[in-house]
Amino acid sequence: MHAVVTVVGKDKTGIIAKVSAFLAEKGVNILDISQTILQDYFAMIMLVDLSGAKKELSALATECAEMGKNIGMSIHLQHEEIFNAMHRV
Amino acid sequence: MFNQYDVLETINMIEREHLDIRTITMGISLLPCIAGSADETAKKVYDRVCSQAEKLVDVAESLSKEYGIPIVNKRVSVTPASLICAPFAARSAKIGKALDRAAETLGIDFLGGYSALVHKGMADYEKTFIQTIPEVLASTQKLCSSVNIGSSKSGINMDAVRLMGEIVKQTAALTADKDGFGCAKLVVFCNAVEDNPFMAGAFHGVGESGTVINVGVSGPGVVQHAIESIPNADLTELAEMIKRTAFKITRAGQLIAREAAKRLGAEFGIVDLSLAPTPARGDSVAQILEEMGLESVGTHGTTACLAMLNDAVKKGGVMASSRVGGLSGAFIPVSEDIGMIEAAERGGLCIDKLEAMTAVCSVGLDMIAIPGDTPASTISAIIADEAAIGMINNKTTAVRVIPAPGKDVGDCVNFGGLLGRAPIMPVHKEASNKFIERGGLIPAPIHSNKN
Repeated sequence: MHAVVTVVGKDKTGIIAKVSAFLAEKGVNILDISQTILQDYFAMIMLVDLSGAKKELSALATECAEMGKNIGMSIHLQHEEIFNAMHRV
Repeated sequence: MFNQYDVLETINMIEREHLDIRTITMGISLLPCIAGSADETAKKVYDRVCSQAEKLVDVAESLSKEYGIPIVNKRVSVTPASLICAPFAARSAKIGKALDRAAETLGIDFLGGYSALVHKGMADYEKTFIQTIPEVLASTQKLCSSVNIGSSKSGINMDAVRLMGEIVKQTAALTADKDGFGCAKLVVFCNAVEDNPFMAGAFHGVGESGTVINVGVSGPGVVQHAIESIPNADLTELAEMIKRTAFKITRAGQLIAREAAKRLGAEFGIVDLSLAPTPARGDSVAQILEEMGLESVGTHGTTACLAMLNDAVKKGGVMASSRVGGLSGAFIPVSEDIGMIEAAERGGLCIDKLEAMTAVCSVGLDMIAIPGDTPASTISAIIADEAAIGMINNKTTAVRVIPAPGKDVGDCVNFGGLLGRAPIMPVHKEASNKFIERGGLIPAPIHSNKN
């Protein structure tokens, strides 16, 4: 199953390192990354594969959100389908 | 890979603009529960609702977590109870209480369907059933009731209209300690729809299958934000923007609805995209209208803005889902919309303007507090006016007014939570009783004869 991880917040050093290390530890495989800085704000979107994940999507989503709080970023992990539904005709 | 802006747009809609699945409503047929006595039927009703909807709350919560989209309400609608209570109508309250107990056991927010359909005629058992509504609403917590008193095809049953004016008054009196709160759970319809997931008017029509999942999606804040992003656009562009936004919101609803139906072993019914406001700022239909360029909702131009909004929402919704149903449009409940509340408090929004607005949007006079001493016949006349708009225009209209006992213009009622607060709005003082006492049927309009 694929999911989309979004990381948004004030730009600083080491965000990608921390987030990817965290995901690796949870058994989440990163398939694609896109990242930019929009008006001093860091915005990263990752497509990830959860087939090797140690936990279910909802538990991972909660942990990602908590991890985000610890590093001062807003992190969401959501089912890929919601984006497919809303943005593909 | 997704476009970055699309992904962030979705996250923003959910985080900042109050996009949510307003309700997952499971429709359950109670026809298999009909038995000879009230006690036996009540037991069967309780068991059936509890077994069919057993997993509803759990499934909704896990879907909400997985897809990262809030699901605000979990609800159940059932077959209009007057049908299954016919053999023992005087004891219908027993069934109402069993339904309320089932709602409590399941942990759902509301259960709708303590309803009767009397749009053409009212049998004795239906009249007896309707007379139990005030007591049942006063003694239950989560049960909602509705009565359909007219349709474009059959006309308006004015005997039922007269009765409902009295029922609304009695319901207010029996819940006087809570400012007539019982009336917030009672809707009087013309052209009621059978697959509406929204309360208080939801019931499970007899033409529906056994167990169905209907989903109501909302998001006035998302539409408001979309309009804000193009401040100088003309109305053609504005309509297009609303349509595109409605499309996206409905797609999210359709996804959740299909998945919920699969996991609950029920049929996927419909998606109802209705802009349903909440008392939170930024989640208001009135603020959308004001964003379109009105100083205050209720002023000249309001009806035109609302007509365009309602139509654009429908067009986006129809394109997005293979099964659109329910009411699908914009709701204008006064107490549940911060913009409406403030306009009413300023005196900028009156009941007559609201009535005009109901001619072009998806519901009717909704959650309006009126003086406690308003005569039953005046309430009946308000119902008749709304039903006439619905009947002639082939649309659903409804009345949910609260004659707050002991309160008058200048006072305010507060129901808390999603039901919000409302200033008491003035109604016309001149009597309508002679008209209401005539009774009978207002015949169906000529254009309903299409066969």
